[in-house]
Amino acid sequence: MEPLSNKRKVIEQKPLNFLERAYLPAIVQGLAITMKHFFRKPVTISYPEEKREFSENFRGMHSLKRDEDGRERCTACGLCALSCPAEAITMIAAERKPGEENLYREEKYAAVYEINMLRCIFCGLCEEACPKEAIYLDGDIVPADYLRKDLIYGKDKLVEAPLNQKISFIPLPNSF
Amino acid sequence: MELTDIIVKFILVFIIFAISLVIAMYSTYAERKIAAFFQDRIGPNRAGPWGILQPLADGGKMFLKEEIIPTNASAFLFIAGPSLAIMTACIGSAVIPWGQKLTIGSHVIDLQVADINVGVLYIFGVVSLGVYGVMIGGWASNNKYSLLGAIRAASQNISYEISMGLSIIALLMVTGTLSLRQIAEQQHSWHWNILYQPLGFLLFIICAFAETNRTPFDLPECETELVGGYHTEYSSMKLGFYLFSEYINMFISSAVMATLYWGGYNYPGMDWVLAHTGPAIGPLIGTAVLFAKIFLFIFFFMWVRWTIPRFRYDQLMDLGWKILIPLAIANIVITGIVITLIK
Repeated sequence: MEPLSNKRKVIEQKPLNFLERAYLPAIVQGLAITMKHFFRKPVTISYPEEKREFSENFRGMHSLKRDEDGRERCTACGLCALSCPAEAITMIAAERKPGEENLYREEKYAAVYEINMLRCIFCGLCEEACPKEAIYLDGDIVPADYLRKDLIYGKDKLVEAPLNQKISFIPLPNSF
Repeated sequence: MELTDIIVKFILVFIIFAISLVIAMYSTYAERKIAAFFQDRIGPNRAGPWGILQPLADGGKMFLKEEIIPTNASAFLFIAGPSLAIMTACIGSAVIPWGQKLTIGSHVIDLQVADINVGVLYIFGVVSLGVYGVMIGGWASNNKYSLLGAIRAASQNISYEISMGLSIIALLMVTGTLSLRQIAEQQHSWHWNILYQPLGFLLFIICAFAETNRTPFDLPECETELVGGYHTEYSSMKLGFYLFSEYINMFISSAVMATLYWGGYNYPGMDWVLAHTGPAIGPLIGTAVLFAKIFLFIFFFMWVRWTIPRFRYDQLMDLGWKILIPLAIANIVITGIVITLIK
């Protein structure tokens, strides 16, 4: 048959010459190669102490954002939970009381907001779904833990630290 | 023999025993570390600084593991296997001369446990006993993989012992003695036997690789075919004994190679050093040189392990019977002719 491409290579099968059959020169060659690697810098990154630089669009741990006045942006619309393919997000909404305008931007807010980090696949669909720009996956790698229940992150771990520390941070009754 | 001599010998035995165990322990660490460096990795570095406590952690783990004796195994032989393996590994060091005679005050201390006039023969006897540990263990496990591994070990060791013995015969023709002390002393300064027996050394080191079951001849514990080989059924410290005996064997065979071919405790310029440091410290420098040579050989063992892939079994037998034995015989003939011509 005619070759369909020009990529066909005829392999010569020459009988091995004496040095090749003696096998030892090849071993010495191999030893030289491994010795070269012996002095090469290791490629290992010792993870917890050393960290590789993340790419710009790396998706790590979620954070719930505050606006420029330090109020929580989330309005507990539930679109993130709806968009989540892993069903990792749950939330309980509450109505903003008079006098809490400095804490929550909208009239409705998430009293409980939980992400199960064992379920989350870090796809970023919640980011995309959010109409209030309240959730971003801009954090670090989620650290390991010993118990499953400790990997369900509540608002205490997710909400961004207040921009202006003068605003008193009132701990939420339902968060844990 | 006076009482002090006996005490000194006991101390020497104790020290050599401790040194071989510590070296075996740290060989496991060195193996992992060196493997890592050859593969551009870092290696164990969590237990202690640079991971130097890793062998202790491994040993502790070995002791704490559950000890399993399979129901259908022969319990006595199952325990006898690893015991024999580690015992034969440890007694090999008895005839190796670790240094020149040490003179402290009026005492002359021989840095050799037993200066027997058949030292080389003794080493051979111990080496061939070593395979029984593997064979008994593999047989007693009552497991087909263990048995196959044991059979491989037995046939491999027997095949390579022949060429090892033949390569030694040429050396003995040069030295004219079987005593390791005399062989070491003949190699004074730079008159090392490697200069007279390069081919013999090459044959010897290849056989040493096979005898210690090291890569590229580690077929008795070939993971891809035999699960774990002869120690498939072993757990806990009995497995540890097998692994340990491999490393002690490596240490002893390195010491034997250094003594037989690479001058033992001799090094160029040793007379000058000896005259300047005195008879109490000078010989110890020789001992340090011997250990440096041993460590180089151990490094070489590991270097080869991380370079060459394992032989196929038929290739192993081909190499042993069709290449090494004829070469060893040719070496004997050439050595004989050269010796006759010179005389």
